[in-house]
Formats: sequence, structure tokens, C-alpha cells
Amino acid sequence: MTARVGVVTFPGSLDDGDATRAVRLAGAEPVRLWHADPQLHGVDAVVLPGGFSYGDYLRCGAIARFAAVMETIVDAARAGLPVLGICNGFQILCEAHLLPGALTRNQHLHFRNRDQVLRIESAGTAWTNAFQPGQEVLIPVKNGEGCYVADAATLDQLEAEGRVVARYVGNPNGSQRDIAAITNSAGNVVGIMPHPEHAVEELTGPSLDGLGFFTSALKHLVETAA
Amino acid sequence: MPRVVVDVMLKPEILDPQGQAVANALPRLGVEDVASVRIGRRIEIDFTGEPDLNQTREIADKLLANPVIEDFTIRLAEDGETVDAQP
Repeated sequence: MTARVGVVTFPGSLDDGDATRAVRLAGAEPVRLWHADPQLHGVDAVVLPGGFSYGDYLRCGAIARFAAVMETIVDAARAGLPVLGICNGFQILCEAHLLPGALTRNQHLHFRNRDQVLRIESAGTAWTNAFQPGQEVLIPVKNGEGCYVADAATLDQLEAEGRVVARYVGNPNGSQRDIAAITNSAGNVVGIMPHPEHAVEELTGPSLDGLGFFTSALKHLVETAA
Repeated sequence: MPRVVVDVMLKPEILDPQGQAVANALPRLGVEDVASVRIGRRIEIDFTGEPDLNQTREIADKLLANPVIEDFTIRLAEDGETVDAQP
């Protein structure tokens, strides 16, 4: 049976189309989810795409957190549903308290848009099991508010529990401890600032490295179903 | 109109690059004696009836501020406090 992966569209989402394409190229059936519809329509996993939900008003992700679909996703994520938040999706996951910390204005105030090397630190999550720990991947980064911050105790806890999923090799935005991606304690919820969905085809991306995040989820679903 | 004012500021330990950029521009105005600038957000909430400070606190905690990076204060607007700040 083909896995069904939901991609949420909020008002102001940008990368829902690319995320949908990445899901399809990874071998799953993409299902479009709508912010105002609380139903998840039987999906096996969810991607919160990049963009500027609700115009980034107040704080990035602050209003999206209260969308009807998010209330359902928060409950489902706590029950184990694999959820990947990319860029604005990562910001939404932090605002929804599914992930600790926050994403703030880039330290140098510049929008950063470039192909970025990341080092995968944890291959134990639902979204990174296709990688090897220490493996370097190349995927685009594009953000103005991507600087990950948390208090020292939270950062220490993330490190101690192996919940730093990926680090920048060459920090583009001032993120503390070069953090590019983190996970929750169960490993089913991952937030990542760079964009794996933009690195899934030779024609349009700098590599095919992004595909591994999506195939990881499919592998995770097969393993947890068995 | 019964009004409550919420001020949201980044916590002191959180870097405020926006404030730094403003501070760095001040010498171009001839201002040399400013040690730092920090930028926050002022939110005015008008209630239809009696202003509810407890409800405002909940609004601020859940939506207006992100307690991970920001602190907030709430207060009743003073009598005669106008919408537009006058120079």
C-alpha cells in the first residue's frame, strides 16, 4: 500500500507545491491539506512547508499555530504521527511547542539564500533514517528568521539526548551551536530550517540529498507497521 | 474606550540585531552617547466592556509573546493616553 503524506497549505505558504512533488518523487501519495480543515484525511505523515504563513504577522508561525488543522496535527504528533516542519514549518512547530526553542531574525539581518552543506547528526528520527550519522548533505537554505535560539539548559538537553538532527557546516544565520534541525524526544517530529524539498531532482536542485528525508519517513512507516 | 496596553520585549539574553542596527545608525545623526538600543512591540487592546487584565495576560502569554524569547508587561491605559504618540 502506498503511504499517504499530507502537505498543509496555509495562507502564505510558498513551498507546498515543491513539498508535494518531493513526496511523490519519494514514492508516496501526496495529499493536500488545508489550514481551515481540521481533518487529516487518513494521512500517514504530515509535512508543514516553507513560506510566510499569515504574512509572518506577529512572529513567524505564531498565528498558524492556531489554525484548525494544527490543533489536529499537534494531537496526532503527540500520538506518534511523523511530522516534518521545513523553514516556516519549523517555526510553526516551535510556536506550537512540539519542539523547544525559537527561530529569530538572522544575526546579520540578511536574508540568506544559498546551497548549504549540513552534517546529519542523528539518523534515528522518522525523517533521517536513510542517512548515516556524520554524513554531509547539500540542500538549499533560504531564510531571514532562521537563527535557532534556546536557553543553555535546553541546548544541553538536546545534545545529551541526541536530538540535534543536523548542523550547518558554515553557519548561515547565527544559529546557536550551528543547529539546522532538531527533533522531539520520540523522534517523530523534526523541524529543519533548510529545504530538502528543493533538492530532489537534478534539473532543479543542487543535489538529490533532500529525497532522503522523505524516503526516511516511508521507511519509518513500513518499520512501525511491521 | 477601556484599553489595555501590552509591551513585549526580547529577553535581555536574546540578541536583538534590529536594535543593534539602529544603534549603529545613531552616530550618523551625530548621537555618540548611546550604549544600546533594544526594540520591542506595543499592543493596544480595546475591550467592549470592562478591561480584563487576567484575560489580557492569557492573550499575551499564548499569542502576543513567545515566552521562550520574550517577556511582556500589561497595564491599563492611563486616562487621556492617546492612540497616537505625540512628539
